[in-house]
Amino acid sequence: MKKILKITVNGQPYELLIKDKTLLLDVLRDHLGLTGAKRACDSGACGACTVILDGMAVKSCSVLALQADGAEVMTIEGLAKDNNLHPLQKAFLDHGAVQCGFCTPGMLMSAKALLDENPKPDKQQIKEGLDGHICRCTGYNSLVRAITDVVKGEYKEAK
Amino acid sequence: MTKYSQIGKRVNMIGGTDKVTGNAKYTTDITLPGMLYGKILRSPHAHARILNIDTSRAEKMVGVKAVATGKDTIGMKQGIWRRFPELCDEEIVCRTKARFIGDPVASVAAVDEDTAEEALELIKVDYEVLPAVFDPMEAITEEAPQIHEGVELNINVNRHIEWGNVDDAFKKCDHVREDQFVCSSQAHMCMETHCAVSSFDYNRKLTVWTSTQSSYYIQVLLSGMLGMREGDIRVINPYTGGGFGSKFELDSAQFCSAILSKKVCKPVKVVLNRMEEFTATKRRTPMYYFVKLGAKKDGTLLAKEVRVITEGGAYTGMGATALYLTGFFSSFPYKFPNYRYDGYRAYTNTQPSSAMRGFGAPQSTFVGESQLDMMADDLGIDPIEIRRKNGMTPDYVVPGQAFIQSCGLHQCLDKIEAHIKERGKLPPNRGIGIAAYGFMSGGIFNWFDTPYSFSAAIVKINIDGKVDLFTGANEIGQGSDTTLSLICAEELGVKFDDIRIHSADTGICPADLGAWGSRQTLMSGNAVKMAAADAKRQILEFAAAKLGVNIVYDLDCKDCFIHLVDRPERGVSYYDIVKAAIRGKDGETIIGRGHYTPHRKGMISPAYSFGLQAVEVEVDTETGKYKLLNVTTAHDSGKVINPVGIEGQLEGAIMMAGGYGYCEDQPIDKNGKVLNAAIGDYQMIRSLDMPETKILEIDTFEPEGPFGAKEAGEGLTNPTAGAIGNAIYKAVGVRVNKLPITPEKVFRALREKEKKDKKKKNNKKK
Repeated sequence: MKKILKITVNGQPYELLIKDKTLLLDVLRDHLGLTGAKRACDSGACGACTVILDGMAVKSCSVLALQADGAEVMTIEGLAKDNNLHPLQKAFLDHGAVQCGFCTPGMLMSAKALLDENPKPDKQQIKEGLDGHICRCTGYNSLVRAITDVVKGEYKEAK
Repeated sequence: MTKYSQIGKRVNMIGGTDKVTGNAKYTTDITLPGMLYGKILRSPHAHARILNIDTSRAEKMVGVKAVATGKDTIGMKQGIWRRFPELCDEEIVCRTKARFIGDPVASVAAVDEDTAEEALELIKVDYEVLPAVFDPMEAITEEAPQIHEGVELNINVNRHIEWGNVDDAFKKCDHVREDQFVCSSQAHMCMETHCAVSSFDYNRKLTVWTSTQSSYYIQVLLSGMLGMREGDIRVINPYTGGGFGSKFELDSAQFCSAILSKKVCKPVKVVLNRMEEFTATKRRTPMYYFVKLGAKKDGTLLAKEVRVITEGGAYTGMGATALYLTGFFSSFPYKFPNYRYDGYRAYTNTQPSSAMRGFGAPQSTFVGESQLDMMADDLGIDPIEIRRKNGMTPDYVVPGQAFIQSCGLHQCLDKIEAHIKERGKLPPNRGIGIAAYGFMSGGIFNWFDTPYSFSAAIVKINIDGKVDLFTGANEIGQGSDTTLSLICAEELGVKFDDIRIHSADTGICPADLGAWGSRQTLMSGNAVKMAAADAKRQILEFAAAKLGVNIVYDLDCKDCFIHLVDRPERGVSYYDIVKAAIRGKDGETIIGRGHYTPHRKGMISPAYSFGLQAVEVEVDTETGKYKLLNVTTAHDSGKVINPVGIEGQLEGAIMMAGGYGYCEDQPIDKNGKVLNAAIGDYQMIRSLDMPETKILEIDTFEPEGPFGAKEAGEGLTNPTAGAIGNAIYKAVGVRVNKLPITPEKVFRALREKEKKDKKKKNNKKK
């Protein structure tokens, strides 16, 4: 059975005809061509598919698209504004918090949601914020340093 | 002017902006018009003869476009050790026999993934289940079933290394230890699973986009397996989500997508799911170690004898290399006057074991560094001191094996010694353990039998001075595009931003063996440097003419300014000269060419990294749980080209190697099935478990490397497991000789020790 899904992604409203069982991740990747969110575990265990759903970081492989009916979704493609990188994106680059980059979109989404909720997290809170994510390249510490620098105001929001 | 203007700079990774914005397209993100989706049917049995495969129902299913079995292959067996046909033992799609749970038997291409998956269920395979063997010690007995026809006792490969007179030397030792160790397996756990999009078209040409560490190897191996000319196959390596040793052999995603595409002349995409990734790719080689070590009273090491049996799994893969390297690196980084190694790789009905970051050296380093600390303890010598006494020094020759030029091991020892002193007296149940290590900067032995040089590069200078750099080297997240661009910019005398790199596309790049064995910085780096120098020479000819300089002066270029080396203020803009040069050459493009193959550097590698790592742990003696508090590493990788890249390699290696020491393993059940084939079940070090990491810089120069650089990728994976073991011993006096050193094993060792201590006390009372 197919149903209509109304969803706003990165500020753009969409109306899609989808199957009941279609995952939010599939809608983003296969229907909208937003391939930034990655499929890496099929089980909500790695965080690579994380997007922000109505302000909350969620694993889009574990959300049915129809559960997000009427919701606002932000993906990695929506993080940079007006051709300027978000402070988190810049900090990730400067700190070498990106290697293969496969986990990066999910990490950035969780970091964004964390800072939106708590603009001044301490180191432990940052580590906890990344706990649902696997990164096999960086060893996490560069991610923590990058986010810490953003918290400290080293990277100003692009005007 | 400082000596270098580009290398050593902190730069953002090339491709980084694409990665942080979600614009980076990985193989798994590729969709082509008319593309089909492929799925693979795998053997549920560890060892079974395939009697018949009935695909008729699957073929009739709506949406299914192609079904392929072993009958659709040309019947070749492949292996990456091409020089040795007996080691080319893998059909990839089994024709007559499956040898482990997960061995592919058929594949389907359909209009979508769901249809392809449903179709797999309609394929009926008749198996004759055969007795299977999983333990390598059992596999090499007479009673064990034979896994490959004609391979007696299931012994796949053996390796022998020897120098000096080991038997005589042991007689001269004051103290000899004999110990056994078991090194577990480990999953690469790349975030991007193995995947490929293959497109065979009506021109009979095949293009493959794939997540790989070596485009060249995949091109050549596919050519052999498909009966096509190499030149008719183009392998393109888009952004790749990690490799760690798992992605430079031909895999089932690549092969199945190619044969399916060939059947229908349409693009076919195969992406392995996480379960397949954990059970049906390859993994780190488990090893059973029997080691004998002899020393004089003063700690001088006289002899070492090593016997190893490795669990090979069903096929050879790169397991033969792991067997050799674990033997060579068992002597590392020490000056053993007498050394003997015998290694045997046994076939078993388990997932094939092969290369993984460190390539046999994390195993040998865990074993060697554990035993060395035990020896030091027996002799009452400080762990730093015993390493200082025996550690390699510059210009050391490993008899018959290797010639070591730069070696910063003793600097590392000094730095780590100072670090330990600085930590002072530790609270109870805390300890710092150390481990010394070294690793190769690319391998020498040409088992792949390539007729090409190991690395090659082309530098093209455009009219506006921008540079196109072509290299076959694979960027898999480790930052080789960045490192090679820095080398190119430095040698050419332009800015990092002037370089645009095109890598790992066999259609446009010269052949390069790819990203494995920590080879690209040195080998591809040398090729790039040579190509840049060649292009620069052509430009400088015009500059010399324009400047009208006296012949005794040398010209060079730095920061886009061509100048007299001895009078650097006198010169001319690089950009102006490039324009003039191209016009002067009748419009001919300036192209520089470079290549590199190591010569006269022994059997193993042209250069070696060295290092020492100190791990601080805190053990809870009640539960056996322990925390990794701090990992401090002094790493000699020669001249640092890409400092951000090295930091990333170091910290990432600690996550992976710490995981190998602490928790990562792939246990199987009695039928040979992997028990933890999901990310939720496969334990790794996560952000909350990650220790503090500190890097102590060492200054060395490697004559064989570009600008003095050598490897920094895999060597860092070697020390951590051994250092963890030694730290736990320092903290609470127990030793676990079997990886991973889980809290449970520490708990048991602690209880065992308590019992022994009690007995001793009672005996004393009596």
